[in-house]
Amino acid sequence: MTTNKKAYWATPYSFFLLLFVVLPLLLIAIYALRDSAGHFTLSNIAAFFTDPKIVNPFLVSLEVALENTTICILIGYPVAYILADKSLNRSAVTAVLFILPMWINALMRTIATAEIFTAMGIGLGKGTLLFGMAYDYLPFMIYPIYTVLSKLDRSYIEAAQDLGASPVKVFFKVTLPLSMPGVMSGVMMVFMPTVSTFAISEILTNNTIQLFGTIIQENFNNLMWNQGAALSLVMLIIIGITTLIPGNRNES
Amino acid sequence: MKAKRVISQAYLWLVLAVLYAPIIFIAVFSFTEAKSLGNWTGFTLDLYKSLFSGATSGSEALIVALKNTLFIALVASLASTVLGTLAAIGIFNMRGRWKKSIQFLNNVPMLNPDIITGVSLFLLFVFLGVSKGYTTIILSHITFCTPYVVLNVMPKLSQMNPNIYDAALDLGANPFQALMKVIIPQLKTGMISGFILAFTMSLDDFAVTYFTAGSSGIETLSTFIYADVRKGGLTPELKPMMTIIFLLLLVVLLFVNLRAVKTAKKQNN
Repeated sequence: MTTNKKAYWATPYSFFLLLFVVLPLLLIAIYALRDSAGHFTLSNIAAFFTDPKIVNPFLVSLEVALENTTICILIGYPVAYILADKSLNRSAVTAVLFILPMWINALMRTIATAEIFTAMGIGLGKGTLLFGMAYDYLPFMIYPIYTVLSKLDRSYIEAAQDLGASPVKVFFKVTLPLSMPGVMSGVMMVFMPTVSTFAISEILTNNTIQLFGTIIQENFNNLMWNQGAALSLVMLIIIGITTLIPGNRNES
Repeated sequence: MKAKRVISQAYLWLVLAVLYAPIIFIAVFSFTEAKSLGNWTGFTLDLYKSLFSGATSGSEALIVALKNTLFIALVASLASTVLGTLAAIGIFNMRGRWKKSIQFLNNVPMLNPDIITGVSLFLLFVFLGVSKGYTTIILSHITFCTPYVVLNVMPKLSQMNPNIYDAALDLGANPFQALMKVIIPQLKTGMISGFILAFTMSLDDFAVTYFTAGSSGIETLSTFIYADVRKGGLTPELKPMMTIIFLLLLVVLLFVNLRAVKTAKKQNN
């Protein structure tokens, strides 16, 4: 009986979740399907597909997010691999050094990055955006891969080596597949946040490239709550699809 | 093998150098007076002096923003730790559909990009007719901080012997005593790491605060810096402040790690 009773300890948090997670998301859907007078409409959602001022930034955001995620994997995977391998890196402090910059305000670091480019005479644009984004999101890619790799059962790798696989083969046939869950959670933590970034993209491009997050922000700033909610709803649906599909596959 | 090690270390330090370049850049230019970064006009400690004396209106507002940031982070992460620990114990003892639903909802704030969390809570406070201020900001921070506490406490629960709570009750403790004297000590490390993570997330937040502070005039460091960007010039005292914060963090990090190394050595002996 006591164990059943303890289940009720989650009651306060259950109500909290209903009020601060479920209801707000429902409100996004309700606002998205209404016009400013409160009548039902699909025009806010339709604008996402037809209005070039919305479609174009969305496509640009997907492109930037794809590039940023790729860059983060290419730079971050080797870092995580080296950090997790005791024969290559003995110090635990080095791993923490990769997270430490996150305690310094992200906007401040981004401004400094932009200032360095300006001081070097490099104009702000797509290149500086990608550099600055990779810089901001790299720790989010390194950390989950590092966690998976350092928990990896070394005996799989040793078995492959004993059976005569070359180091390259061991990596591509054993280590990489086993570390894919880490890569996937890294992708989750980099891709959608990149699409929805605002402020950071503004600073790094001098507001010449607008990402989807900036469009949502501007809608809300200009009191166009319904349009802003519709764009948020589209993002929610994309997030839902990308997270639920792999989840279901794991269960079956 | 040795060459591989050298190349690996060189790669790590190269990435670290790039990661730290902006921070070092800020630190270097905190010792000169020029308004914009990257413009060296001779060594001076003036910015440090005006930061601590609150001599300029900018530095005064900056100190207020720092205090707000720390206050909000402290209250939100403490509340999240209490709420999240109780929730974790509850979820751990649940079965079936309820357990799955709550765990799913617990993941939602972590999966949602900050801007979605911010916008959704903005609409909630509009809907409820609550005027924006410390309460709305702190409640919003609790919303995105608590999931991290739950996730850090859950593994500790599965490592715990499930019978000790019942044993405490059999020996005459009331449920509250059993919680405080038996369960909490077992969960302490998970709660502390959850608290630290929650505190960090709150400190670093920009988007959620931006949407839930409204026109209340309450600024945290993030919204303060963003307002500066919009105005087109950073408050110069930000540079010495960030430098001091960074150096403090570095000292704490080295201290904690040296202690960890020492205790590890003691255990080995």
